[in-house]
Amino acid sequence: MQFKFWILVSLLLVGAPAASADVMPLMRVLTLQDYNTRVVVVGILLLGIAAGVIGSFMLLRKRALVGDAVSHATLPGLCAAFMIMASMGGDGKWLPGLLLGALVTGGLGILMVLWIRSQTKLKEDTALGIVLSVFFGMGVSLLGIIQKMRQGHAAGLESFIYGKTASMLAGDAMLIGGAALVVITTAVLLFKEFRLLCFDEAFAKSQGWPVRALDIVMMLLVVTVTVIGLQAVGLILMIALLVIPPATARFWTEHLQTLVWLSAITGGISGLIGALASALVPNLPAGAVIVLVAAAFFVFSMLFGSRRGVVIRFFEHWKLSRKVGRQHLLRALYEWVEESSGTGPDELAAERESMGISFESLLPERSWHPRQLRRWLRDAMGQGNIYDGSDGLFHLTREGWSEARRVVRNHRLWEIYLIEYADIAPSHVDRDADMIEHVLGRAMVDELEALLRTRYPHLAMPPSPHTLSLAGGRS
Amino acid sequence: METDAPMSLNTSAKTLPATGSEHSATAPVSIHDMTVAYHRKPVLWDIDLDFPKGKLTGLVGPNGAGKSTLIKAVLDLVPKASGRVTVFGQPYQRQRHLVSYVPQRESVDWDFPVNALDVVTMGVYGKIGWFRPVRKPHRELAMAALERVGMADYARRQISHLSGGQQQRIFLARALVQDAEIYFMDEPFAGVDAATEKAIIHLLHDLRSAGKTVAVVHHDLQTVSDYFDHLIMLNMRVVAAGPTREIFNRENLRKTYGGRLSLLDQAAQAIISQS
Amino acid sequence: MNWTMLDTWIVIAGVLSACSCSVLGNFLLLRRMSMMGDAISHAVLPGLAVGFLLTGSRSSLVMFLGAAVVGVLTAVFTQWINRFGKVDEGASMGVVFTALFAVGLVLIVQAADAVDLDPGCVLYGAIETVPLDTVQLGSLSIPRAVLTLAIVFAINLGVIIVFFKEFKICAFDEELATTLGIRSAWMHYLLMTLVAVTTVASFESVGSILVIAMLIVPPATAYLLTDRLQSMILLSLGFATLSAIGGHWSAMAVPPIFGFADTNTSGMMAVVAGLLFSFAFVFSPRQGLIARFLKPKTN
Repeated sequence: MQFKFWILVSLLLVGAPAASADVMPLMRVLTLQDYNTRVVVVGILLLGIAAGVIGSFMLLRKRALVGDAVSHATLPGLCAAFMIMASMGGDGKWLPGLLLGALVTGGLGILMVLWIRSQTKLKEDTALGIVLSVFFGMGVSLLGIIQKMRQGHAAGLESFIYGKTASMLAGDAMLIGGAALVVITTAVLLFKEFRLLCFDEAFAKSQGWPVRALDIVMMLLVVTVTVIGLQAVGLILMIALLVIPPATARFWTEHLQTLVWLSAITGGISGLIGALASALVPNLPAGAVIVLVAAAFFVFSMLFGSRRGVVIRFFEHWKLSRKVGRQHLLRALYEWVEESSGTGPDELAAERESMGISFESLLPERSWHPRQLRRWLRDAMGQGNIYDGSDGLFHLTREGWSEARRVVRNHRLWEIYLIEYADIAPSHVDRDADMIEHVLGRAMVDELEALLRTRYPHLAMPPSPHTLSLAGGRS
Repeated sequence: METDAPMSLNTSAKTLPATGSEHSATAPVSIHDMTVAYHRKPVLWDIDLDFPKGKLTGLVGPNGAGKSTLIKAVLDLVPKASGRVTVFGQPYQRQRHLVSYVPQRESVDWDFPVNALDVVTMGVYGKIGWFRPVRKPHRELAMAALERVGMADYARRQISHLSGGQQQRIFLARALVQDAEIYFMDEPFAGVDAATEKAIIHLLHDLRSAGKTVAVVHHDLQTVSDYFDHLIMLNMRVVAAGPTREIFNRENLRKTYGGRLSLLDQAAQAIISQS
Repeated sequence: MNWTMLDTWIVIAGVLSACSCSVLGNFLLLRRMSMMGDAISHAVLPGLAVGFLLTGSRSSLVMFLGAAVVGVLTAVFTQWINRFGKVDEGASMGVVFTALFAVGLVLIVQAADAVDLDPGCVLYGAIETVPLDTVQLGSLSIPRAVLTLAIVFAINLGVIIVFFKEFKICAFDEELATTLGIRSAWMHYLLMTLVAVTTVASFESVGSILVIAMLIVPPATAYLLTDRLQSMILLSLGFATLSAIGGHWSAMAVPPIFGFADTNTSGMMAVVAGLLFSFAFVFSPRQGLIARFLKPKTN
């Protein structure tokens, strides 16, 4: 089912150019009848999965852009390998040779980044920029030379910059798929080691794990994925396949295992669609399609992701502000009753019924905007906490009264906690106040209640029997 | 500064009968003549001490005195310019499994996608060994450690949703699960709530009764005499080391904190008279 | 090798483009936003493409505007994703610029039949063709690209001089700047706009990707040699000039040594800039490898 859905998406994406193409090749590609297409598609699918897996670790290690420097640094290696192979009378475009060259300069690029960062006061971003641009410049210069060489022209090399799967052969794809499988397997085997390294390097080191070696293995995997991705995605956009899938997955989960899975799936699907599109429309850069598919996933996830999506976080924020607003209103009502009755807390309950407050006298109690206050009042009435009496005044209902008392009590306990434990409190105080027992523990709350009675009698109120049951049943 | 150093070292030697080049072969941890430098700027000079077995040792000193660096250098996390560390008479590198480390809470990204149980399980990764995945028995071990720090209810919670004190307890549980002989803790009391502070102290006492050796970087002078049997007062060099009630006095505090003690003086006076 | 008037024009274009980039790059480096230069120089592609498709000309104001808008959008989107999506800043940048670049690439490829703009030309420019397209200025006939670059350089230099202390304080401490009543966000977007405009102006000569070499490498070289901002900027301009001249010269002179034909200038400009950086890296009197190796240990 899912598969068909994505084919549909890919059709939409490449719709315009595909419409003009013949229907028969379209069907041939989509049904993967062609052996070559089949192998290429599977190879790129594996590439996307591998990039998604290793990219997750890079994202968590806050090294997302290292892949960008690596991929740009592969160009001189590609060109040099081409020149060497061509001048030795060979084909020049023999893929394993080209990729080996790319691997060498890509790895060299990463080492240079680490070296510059450790030996100078330059920061990581600058080190990345230097390596990226200088290596790329070197590659462009070599490309310039190649274009004027007598033996063979460099037309094929261009596809490494933008990515073009159309020209890929089954053999190339098998090499890519095989390398991707090796990367995936290594990352799975070292899953727990990588998790430790990314989360707490110092602890890993204190445990005797060879942190540096693990780091090198991780970098090696990144270089490998980058290099095998060159032909399909192109060196400029390869970074996207390492960054976008994990960043997309992060919106949906707080668990590393799930993150890696989702990232692998996103990467795989993006690769799949890119490969299909490129097979359909030969001059469409596959890399661009892969990136656009991944970016579409990203935008959707950023908005609607179940864990860190913008919409859900916005909704939670809205819910919180509503709750705080309601609590402010109840507190203001309670305190007004408390003040104007002038009796002790025990008698207050009895007076609640007879006491009402007009909108006008409630307004100055806090820094409310009239419209805001009206909204909170409407809200509280909807919840059955207050009612609009026949006298035109607002009264607390029975539930509203015990709710208000609970809110005021928790608020006062928090305040005392802040006073008594000023040195550590700020990071623990949850102004929302609902969770006081949960955050501080029963013993601490008892202690605070005792303090409230003895040291701050003017704020005192008896713990209501409802309080605990209500607090327990809260969301 | 540098001309001052040898003199101070001499004075510290007087208050330090325990240090010197003689080390007990059975000491859980001995630091031999260790110097540490960051970018060629020394931060610790000629540290030479033993941590006594089965004791709670506090490491105190002003900001920048090198308290954390001392621990990190012992654990090989920062390079030493000179010196070596032995654990029960053997080089530390061979005895690593006996030593457990609780880093500062700020040292990691608490937004990391793992839950409390995952973090504690990291303590047994060494036992699991290369390539093997985490299995149920390992998780059960971690769960037991979480139980000990009173965090069993939070095992499945993502770590960013825990309070500072709870995060600290997770770190402690991760150290406990290793079942080590020696525990190094970097500011476990920093920014934790009263309940956690009590829980940690309780735990430290448990470890001590089990004969474990614990060293804790600490910055709250008020609680020093309550919490620690043994004390190392540090300010780039060891100012004093010994049983807390013998060396935690005004004189040593002044040497450790220098001019800044004017501010601390009254507080310190109060503490000492209290204890 | 024979040096002609054409080569002089090429070098002038290269120097102007390199200096326009470097003067901005100093502030990118200090604000730890070097990769933002990379991101913007990639991301302007769709702006270029749309401007080009609309007007059919490489030198229209529309294209400048399109690219400037996309450049600023890159900065804005990166910040949004970073803030609202809680995604690490580097990753946010990676998402934004690759997506924009991909859009640009598709646009260009789809329009390739209609217009004369191939992605290769955008990436590594065609500085060799600069002298061929000239405009008449009084009695003088100067290449159009040189004129554009001169204007851009003047604007960049002017803005940096006028807002020198504001840029300086924003680079040093953004919060302090805000408390002093400087709109640091405005300064940020001003800088981003200048980077985008410079990228567009340079894309024909050094190519949009190699703009990043000139944005980052000469300032980084200067940074290793001095601690003062003014001298850093001046030094970076010097290194940019040297890279441009040396780049063109070596593009003609070096390949023949190995028996090849000449190569393209913009690539060699980046290589020469890299060489200058390596010299500073090794020989810098205070921070170079040698100096640090020779410095006596303090203990």
